[in-house]
Formats: sequence, C-alpha cells, structure tokens
Amino acid sequence: MSNAYTTVIGLEVHVQLATHSKLFCRCSTQFGAEPNTQTCPVCIGMPGTLPVMNRQAYQLALRTAVALNCDIPEFTKWDRKQYYYPDLPKGYQISQYDLPMSDDGFLEIADAKDRFEPKRVRIIRAHLEEDAGKSIHDEAAGKADSEIDLNRTGTPLLEIVSQPDMRSAAEARAYLEEMKLLLTYIGVSDCNMQEGSLRCDANVNLHLDHEGESIATPIVEIKNLNSFRAVERAIEYEAARQYKEWQENSEPPKARQKYLARPKQTRGWDDAAGVTRAQREKEESSDYRYFPDPDLAPVITKGDEVQAVREALPELPAALRERLGEDYGLGTYDADVLVNQGRALVDYYLAVADGSGDPKAACNWVTQDVLRVLKDQESTIDQFGVSAENLAGLVKAIDDGQLPSSRAREAFEVMLADGSAVDAAITKLGIEQVDESALEDLCRELLAANPKIVADVQDGKQQAVGALIGQAKKKNPNADPALVRQICLKLIGEGV
Amino acid sequence: MSLADLTASELLDTLGRGEASAVEAAREYLALIEQRDGDIGSYLRVDAEGALAQAAEVDRKREAGEELGPLAGLPVAVKDVLCDSAGATTCASRMLEQFHPPYDATVVAKLKAADAVLLGRLNMDEFAMGGSTENSAFQVTRNPWDRGRTPGGSSGGSAACVAAGLAPLAVGTDTGGSIRQPAGLCGVVGLKPTYGRVSRYGLVAFASSLDQVGPMARTVRDAALLLEAIAGHDPHDATSLEEPVPQYAATLDKPLEGLRLGVVKEHYGAGLDGEVESAVRAAIAQYESLGAEVREISLPHSKYAVATYYVIAPSEASSNLARYDGVHYGYRTDQTKMVAELAAERKALSDAGDEAGLAQLDTALVRMYRKTRAEGFGPEVKRRIMLGTYALSAGYYDAYYLKALKVRRLIRQDFDAAFEQVDLIASPVTAAPAFKLGEMVDDPLAMYLVDLYTVSANLAGIPGISVPCGFNTAGLPIGLQLLAPPLKEARLLRGAHMYQQATDWHQRRPAFSATPSE
Amino acid sequence: MSLTRQDVEKVALLARLQLTDDELATMTDQLAQIVDYVDQLAEVDTDGVEPMAHAVEVANVFAADEVRPSLPREAALANGPRTNGRGYLVPAVLGD
Ligand SMILES: [Mg+2]
Ligand SMILES: [Zn+2]
Repeated sequence: MSNAYTTVIGLEVHVQLATHSKLFCRCSTQFGAEPNTQTCPVCIGMPGTLPVMNRQAYQLALRTAVALNCDIPEFTKWDRKQYYYPDLPKGYQISQYDLPMSDDGFLEIADAKDRFEPKRVRIIRAHLEEDAGKSIHDEAAGKADSEIDLNRTGTPLLEIVSQPDMRSAAEARAYLEEMKLLLTYIGVSDCNMQEGSLRCDANVNLHLDHEGESIATPIVEIKNLNSFRAVERAIEYEAARQYKEWQENSEPPKARQKYLARPKQTRGWDDAAGVTRAQREKEESSDYRYFPDPDLAPVITKGDEVQAVREALPELPAALRERLGEDYGLGTYDADVLVNQGRALVDYYLAVADGSGDPKAACNWVTQDVLRVLKDQESTIDQFGVSAENLAGLVKAIDDGQLPSSRAREAFEVMLADGSAVDAAITKLGIEQVDESALEDLCRELLAANPKIVADVQDGKQQAVGALIGQAKKKNPNADPALVRQICLKLIGEGV
Repeated sequence: MSLADLTASELLDTLGRGEASAVEAAREYLALIEQRDGDIGSYLRVDAEGALAQAAEVDRKREAGEELGPLAGLPVAVKDVLCDSAGATTCASRMLEQFHPPYDATVVAKLKAADAVLLGRLNMDEFAMGGSTENSAFQVTRNPWDRGRTPGGSSGGSAACVAAGLAPLAVGTDTGGSIRQPAGLCGVVGLKPTYGRVSRYGLVAFASSLDQVGPMARTVRDAALLLEAIAGHDPHDATSLEEPVPQYAATLDKPLEGLRLGVVKEHYGAGLDGEVESAVRAAIAQYESLGAEVREISLPHSKYAVATYYVIAPSEASSNLARYDGVHYGYRTDQTKMVAELAAERKALSDAGDEAGLAQLDTALVRMYRKTRAEGFGPEVKRRIMLGTYALSAGYYDAYYLKALKVRRLIRQDFDAAFEQVDLIASPVTAAPAFKLGEMVDDPLAMYLVDLYTVSANLAGIPGISVPCGFNTAGLPIGLQLLAPPLKEARLLRGAHMYQQATDWHQRRPAFSATPSE
Repeated sequence: MSLTRQDVEKVALLARLQLTDDELATMTDQLAQIVDYVDQLAEVDTDGVEPMAHAVEVANVFAADEVRPSLPREAALANGPRTNGRGYLVPAVLGD
C-alpha cells in the first residue's frame, strides 16, 4: 500500500519568541501566572488603546528569518486579521498578510538512521503576529460557560509556513526537530511544546496515479497537534484515512469529481483516540477581511541591517555538524548526537576534544559516559560534575599512558564525585605505572601457582588465562589486564 | 462683567493676576450650565464635584507658590470619546454606558497635568459617527442659535457648549469634519490638527487613520492655547509625530506677510448655498484687503473625497468596533433570555424537520455577539459597520478599499501640488448653515454629502480650522475653513487670527433667557 | 453592481449583527444607495498609484522590551459583563 500513494505534507509552525514583554504592550510573557494577571488596557483591547511594537520581538523574528535562509524585503507592514472569538479581545489579530517580513527560505533535514534522503524543505514565509488568549471549558463542572484568560493575548509569535515538501511522517518530524534545534541554537525561543511555545498545524493530502492520471486528494489541515509524536501519528493516520476515503470515492467519475473538488477541510487530532475528526466550520469563517493596521507604522529594514544580523548569527546546527565531521573526524551519527543535544553540550565536547587533542576519544566519552550520567541525573551539561578541562585531562592521561584505560572509568567516577582533576583521581586510586619486569615477576609467580591453567593453555584453551588476570588484579590493582594476559601467554609459550 | 464672558486667554490672565479664583470661575460656569444646558443638551455628564476639587487644588497651588500648568484653573469640557479614569467614557453609546476606563487618554492626562479644570463630558454622535449629534444614544443637542436646528456633529456637544458659553474651551475630535463642521454651524472656532500632531491614545477609535483630537473655542487665540497644551509626541501612539510643539499662542500676533491664499475652483459649484458663498467670498476679500494674494487653484480629485472617505472610514470602523462584543467590557445582551430564544428556535426548526435551518442556526456564542451588538449599537453605527464589512469582504476589497486608498493618495498629491503655489487654502466649511433636527435622519447619503468640504483634510492628514465668517438672514452662523500643509498649524492659526483681528463675527453670542428653562 | 438582501444578510453575520426583517430591508436600500455613490471611484485612473493606508509616512516605531506592571486582576475584570473573579465568562466555546 505504501506505493499506492505519496503523502504530501506542509507544516505551519507557530513559535513564541523569547521576549520579556508582549508584542504590543509591556505586560510580562511569563508562563504559568494566575489567569488574567498579566493584562493591561492594551492587550484587553480596551477602547482607545493603541499597540506599539516591541523592538526585541522584531529583532528575534528577523534573526530567525535570516537563519532560515529567508529573503528579507525592505518594506513590511502589519495587517488586521478579523474574526470573532472570545480569546481575541480586539476582534482582530494583528498579523501580516500580503507583505510579510520574510519569505522564500529553506531548512535542510536529514536522518541519521537513513530512513529518507537528506532534503531541503522550502519555507514560503515567516511572519510576526500576536497570540490569542485561552478559552477554558470546565466540562467537569458541567456549566454552560467557558472562562477566558487573556494572559497569553499579545505574546509575540513567529508563524513559519513550509512548502508541501515533506513526504512522510518521519520527514515531518525531522523538520520539526531541526526547526526546534535551530531556534534554540539562535536563542529566539525556548520551544517548549508543553507550554505552547512551539505549536504546529499540518496540511496533508495524497498524490496518486489513477489510470495514468495524476490525482491530488483534497487538502486537510490537522490542528491540535501537541507533540512531535502526535504530528507523526496524526499524519500516518490521516494518510491512511484519506486513502480509504479516496478508494470509496474514486468511482464512478462523477463521484470522483465531486470528491476531488471538496474545499480544504480542518480536522482536529484526538491524541487519546488516535484519530482526526472533522471540525465544524461555517462558510463565512474564512473571510478574514485583512487590511493594513492603521495604528502601526510599517518597518523598513535595509540590506546592511540584514547583513549585520546574518553576521551576528551563531554557528547553526547544520554548519556545526559539518565542522564536526571535517575538523574533528566524527561520523554523521556522532555529530548528530552531539549537535542534537544543544549548543552547550557541543561546546563542552569541543573543549574536551581541543584540550585532549583526541576528538574521537573525546566523542566517545561525551556521547557515552557523560550523556549516560546526565540522563541518570536528569540534569544538563552546565550542572555536570566533570569540567571539560578535567575530562580533557583524563583523555590525555589515557593517551599518554599515565592512566591505564582499564582504570579510566574508575578515575572518571572519582572526578565526577568530587570534581577533581585526573591527577588527583590517579593519586586517590593509587594508580601507578607498574613496570614490565615487576609485572613479569608477578606473572611467573602466578603461573607457578597454577599448573592446571598452564596445562590448559598448552592444550590450546587460551581463554583459561583469564582466571590469572583476576588474581593479578588482586595482588596489584595497577596491573594492566591486557599486559598480564600478553605476558602470561608469552611465558607459557616459552615453556616456563 | 462675569468671568464666563471672558475668553479663555483673558480668564487665564485674570486668574494669573489673582483677580479671581479658579473656584469662582468653575462655580460661574457650573451655574451657567445649570441654567442653560437644559435647553442645549451639550453635556452628557457634569462633574461639579470633581471640577470644584480640581479648581480648589489649583487655587491652593497658586497660593502656595507652586508651579502651575499652562491652563491653570481654566474650565475645559471634553467630548465623551476620550477616556478618563475619573468616570465613565460612553461615546454616547449604550454599548459603553457602563464602561469605566482604568486609564486616561493622553490628551486627558495632558489637560490634568496642565491644571485645567474638567467640567464634564460632552454629547456627540455615537462613536463619533454622524454630522448632527442626533445619533447620540442618550440625548439631543440643540444649536444655541436656533434650538430647532442641529449643532452639527459629531462634536456637536463641544461646539454647542462653547457657543452657549458653557465652557471657554472644549475638546473635540475630527475624523471627516467632526470639529470643523459643528464649529462652523455653531459660530465657534474649531481646529483639526495634522494627523499625528495630537496623540490618539485613549481616543476611542472610529477610523484610526483619520481621527484627530483638536481644540474648540470662541477665539483663535484660545484654540492656540488649548492646542499647545494637548499636542506633542506620545510614545503610546505609534502614529504620533516626533516633532516639537511650536509656541502657537506666542507667535499668533505675527501677521502673515505676503500670504498667498488659495481658492479652490471645484468648491463653488451647484449645491453651495448662496448666502454661504457670499460670506466666504467676503472673507476672502477681507484677506485681500489685508494684503493677501488670492490665487485660484485646483484640487481635481476633491469630488471623489466623500466617496473615498465613505469607504475608508467605515472599513476601519468595522474593524475598530469589532471589539464591542460583550465579552470583556461594555454591554451584553440578557444571556438567559437569549439562550431561551435560541432553544425555542432550535425546537421549531427541529419540529419542522428543517435540517438546513438547524445547520445555519447560530451557536449560543455567535448569537450572544449578534444580539449584544444589535442592542448596543444605534442605526448609524450599524450602517457604517455593515458598509465597512462589505467593503473589506472577499471579492470587494480591491474594488472598494484598495481603490479608495489609491484615490486617497491622489487627493493628498493634489494638496501637495496646491501648497507649492499657496500658503493656505480657504473654503466654506459646509455647503449650507445648520439644518433642522430630524431633517436628514432618513437619508444617510445626503447626510454624508455634508462632509464635502471637510473630509479631504482628514484623507490627506493636513490641518484645518473653521472660523466664523458671517450669519445668514435667519441668523445662523457661517464658517470659513482654512487648510494648511502638514504641521503648519502655526501658520493656520496666524492666518485665522489675522482674520479675527479684522472682523467681529466671533464676538457675537446667541441669546438666552435670564431664567432657567424648566 | 447592486447589493442584494442575501449580500446584506451575509455581511450581517460577518459583522456579528442581528438584523430584524425591517432593518434588513432598510439596510439593503440604504447600503445599495451608498454603494452606488461610492462606485464612482471606479472612474478614477489609479494605475501605478501606491495605496495610502496612513495619513503620515512614519516607519520603524518601536518600544523597548521592558516589562511594566499589568493591571491588578480585579481592575482588569471590573468592566467585564460576566466574570467569575478569575476570568471572563462566555457561553460555552465548544469543539473550538
Ligand atoms: Mg497565524
Ligand atoms: Zn498588556
């Protein structure tokens, strides 16, 4: 069935920009306050009040648009999008219509697990607008009223609309994850989905062949997608549902024509039931009567300002992955793991790699040991007990032979526990270099005491030597197991 | 001579010299209001207590030698469209009858900071929509010169109040002529500043790209005094201009040397009342005798101004008034009754098996909106909301709204070209003197055409002033309008003052019986 | 083009106004008359003319991103026609 159609997906992402105050008034945007405690006459839309645009919101929007490779037109303006809803106190949302602040960008996505080919998802536009408030319907109380909270009203949002360039739920998810990563790298949003800082609607339809004719099924907009997982599930569900619907309506030709001419539909995702459901809409509800907001001045952004924003951008995830591959010799998978953890972890890694001069080993330590501990401790890298400098010291000590790799993990645990440098850990653990002749003496002693093992090895059972390694460690904890094994085999071979 | 006979400037001097107190002035005006306003209906609410308290505070400050604001002790009345945290702001609408703004409009804050004494709130057309003040949800305002006639509108309360001597100064607003037209019909001075000269913050919006707040007074000097106090940049209004405010009053007496006065040839066609035309032509002749050079100019797109205005203004209004939905403030329909009605309708449709009807039936929320707005707004407001909604709706936007924005630019370009040749433009304010109350209520288009001479200035964003220039044989005032390029209020005021120095139209007063009407 | 009663009904819903049959009839006549008058704009040649949405041409007006105190909740809700002390109440908003 997967060959029977192609799923075509476009995503509309709303990102809350990380300002202190709202887009058009100076109320706080802090999440989680008591209902209606972060409002003022402006964001309540009281008569006579006027919006004044938050400079930082515009700057964050501009930075994002530039990072998404968008063009920034010199002239942009704000429009009113008009509809009635109780969480929209002015009766219109201030948004952008025909002259958005940016257009025509792209975001590149790839999959470390190779489920799809790397691709460039084109971005139609990104524009700045204000958020609405919240309606709470208390079904438990069984009352006929909904309660309106306007705290969120007027929070700055960037709406990013992609072309329908994605072809699977996995691609859609990768787009969202890469988007989130990019936005957090450039510091424009915390992208917290639980708090609604990142919201997503998906436009989905199917392309298929019907008796040599290319068919595109009517587009469905899926709303209420509250997690990346929900986006994936909803797209998969919707593709299957649309295919079934197509099959039911593909014949006779009259029914097919009628089906294909259906207008775009809006469906809501029910996460618990795992289904999308049609949402009731009236014909007039899409007549938004946009017109330029007379209360707001347009914004003119010159090319040199855009250039300055571009130059001030931090290194973006894609470039960073490339640098990790080229300059540090990391494979795609490792680079991905590091970069996806966020800039702070990458910086930590880079410090370990540069400090130790061994990027591969640094990568192993960071992606395995460090990440394991962070996961166990449910903490982040800035709270991590081993400084990058100290971890670099540890890697270096191993490479220099100062610390046997067999005891490196022990040293790491000590460093983690007390924040010490590798030298102190070595001292604390009593690790010292055992010289080879001393080790040979120890081995001779062990072989003499274990004739059975010697005989077994001589009979070809080389693994029998393993028992000696344990004994050696008991007698001298600094004995390098590999060396013990090697010396024992050598001595047996020499017929000791 | 009573304090209320003085102009605002004279009263300010009298108070400044300590020859009278602010409380005395306020008392005198409050008594006059009590005596005369029953006939006129200019005030919606008089705040005697607040005014006397403010006046007493000014007197105390003066006594104590504290610094005083530029309007210290001057009574001022404000159109009920500028928010004042001291009480209700209703816009003469049922919708806002109970609305108490928790903030002051910037203009109101400036008046308070200037130590003005705020007497009360003036009647107007509901949401400033209209030209007769008959669209007020609460009361009729009568023209002090003829109580059977309109004072004009929408700042009819402001004009009538000043004409009747019930405040030396009043604040009005002008979206398509709403200061200048009532000033003309009531024989007072009214100035609409350059768009952006006076902050709109806290001015309940009618058409945001056209609205301006301005002074109304008996003399040009008084208008200059008030404008100076309320003008200036406001960071809360993104369309306010960051230009310093000139000293309008101090420069007033400098006559305009070599003034080039423009007369618009398109202004003198059919429809212009003969007596109005003679008065305006006489005023122009007066300017010539004062040394001005009169030049004929053309504003070729001026004939489209009313059509342009009646697309743009209602479009913006339909959006600005969307916020009155009964959710966050203002009037809400009786919800219990509404829910019951809706249930009855649903049952009737259901009993009749009318599936299509059921599908079309409003939800409770939509019905709440629709009933709230149907009951809260008067007919003219509804008409404009409908007109604007239509002009912006899918399929009509380009033909109406966008087209009107383009014609608007042509109108502005006409002015730019004209002001290359002349310093000021003179014209009638209205085609005829005040009409009878009730005369035009059933003919909205005729009512709209009254704005013919005034709307262009709003579309172009330029300043304009109306000054009395005569009376017709029936004793009704006639106004002269002067227009100036953007931000040339000082020139406009000097030009108007020049005329008032040479004439005495502005000194005439309507008659009042000595006893209170009751 | 002349305005029909159906047009007016549709606009009334868009504008969230409830009009009685009488009002609809009057409104249709009056709006048609006004629209006919406004239709004269069509005769103006506006090719290449930039629309003028603002009376003054200012650009780039911003405020600094500094939090100022909000209204106390009682003050914010004080004008609400129906509240529960926490929020504004409206007839049920169902199914979004
Ligand atoms: Mg949006
Ligand atoms: Zn606010």
